[in-house]
Amino acid sequence: MSALHDFLAMGGYAAYVWPAYALFFVVLVADAIAPRARRKRLLRELRARLARQEARQEKHRAPPSSP
Amino acid sequence: MANWIPLWLHKLSSPPTFYRFAGTLQPWATALALLTGAIALYGGLVLAPADYQQGDAYRIIFIHVPSAWMSMFIYGVMGLASFIALVWRIKLAEVVAMESAPIGAAFTFITLVTGSLWGRPMWGTWWTWDARLTSELVLLFLFLGVIGLYHAFEDRRQGARAAAFLALIGIINVPIVHFSVNWWNTLHQGSTVKVFGPSKMSGDMLWPLLLMMLATKLYYIASLFRRVRTDLLAMENGKDWVRKIAESEADR
Repeated sequence: MSALHDFLAMGGYAAYVWPAYALFFVVLVADAIAPRARRKRLLRELRARLARQEARQEKHRAPPSSP
Repeated sequence: MANWIPLWLHKLSSPPTFYRFAGTLQPWATALALLTGAIALYGGLVLAPADYQQGDAYRIIFIHVPSAWMSMFIYGVMGLASFIALVWRIKLAEVVAMESAPIGAAFTFITLVTGSLWGRPMWGTWWTWDARLTSELVLLFLFLGVIGLYHAFEDRRQGARAAAFLALIGIINVPIVHFSVNWWNTLHQGSTVKVFGPSKMSGDMLWPLLLMMLATKLYYIASLFRRVRTDLLAMENGKDWVRKIAESEADR
């Protein structure tokens, strides 16, 4: 228990060491997540556009309602 | 295309091929980055002894120095890719240059803030306008400038070319950052780790540092591949291969 306590205390420099490590991880995790979110949005938009195109083509192919 | 460029390289630079290639390597790079990073931080935070002068505060080195190395390395890659993009107009080189910028900015930001957190207890100040710190801050502004210029244009490729030009001019700052501790009188310490000749650091501290350098390199590869893949999808979004990916991922 005291070994863990000593480790976390960082010889009195905990207030500098741990924020530095926290920042390192927060920034890199944000960097890793951003493109994933962008990719999902991009593919969703592309699918929506394809669906719209499909619908438009269906309408053109359908015979005119009145002769 | 110049005929001295090998055919396989030419093929690899085609967007669908690179998309698949990067997709295969990316999970491995991520896994290896996490593994080496975990071992390095265990070595640095737990196994390595405290410094005789700085106590445990020196342990910031294991993220500060690899991040600083990465900030310069990524700028170098961005500069090289920009050069290739400007000379040969290769789409993939443009994408690599532009997607390196945010990762480089992230590492430069980490370097500056962790350096500040280290400087406060050791130098007694959060910040000082000396050569090393100022040139690293300029590096951050260069990365941000490249990102800003890229997004300032309606046409992506035009923006990429303008930003690539800025990246190329800014590369002059990289040697300034590196040699600033030798050229000017500065508060920042000189290099401890040397490529040529013995390093001035004990082995218990050196191996976690070098392993962390490897981990950050692998992280950069993983992050770059993830970003480049996304950008290629955006760039080629009318093409058949992108349509197939969009449709196959709809089921998930």
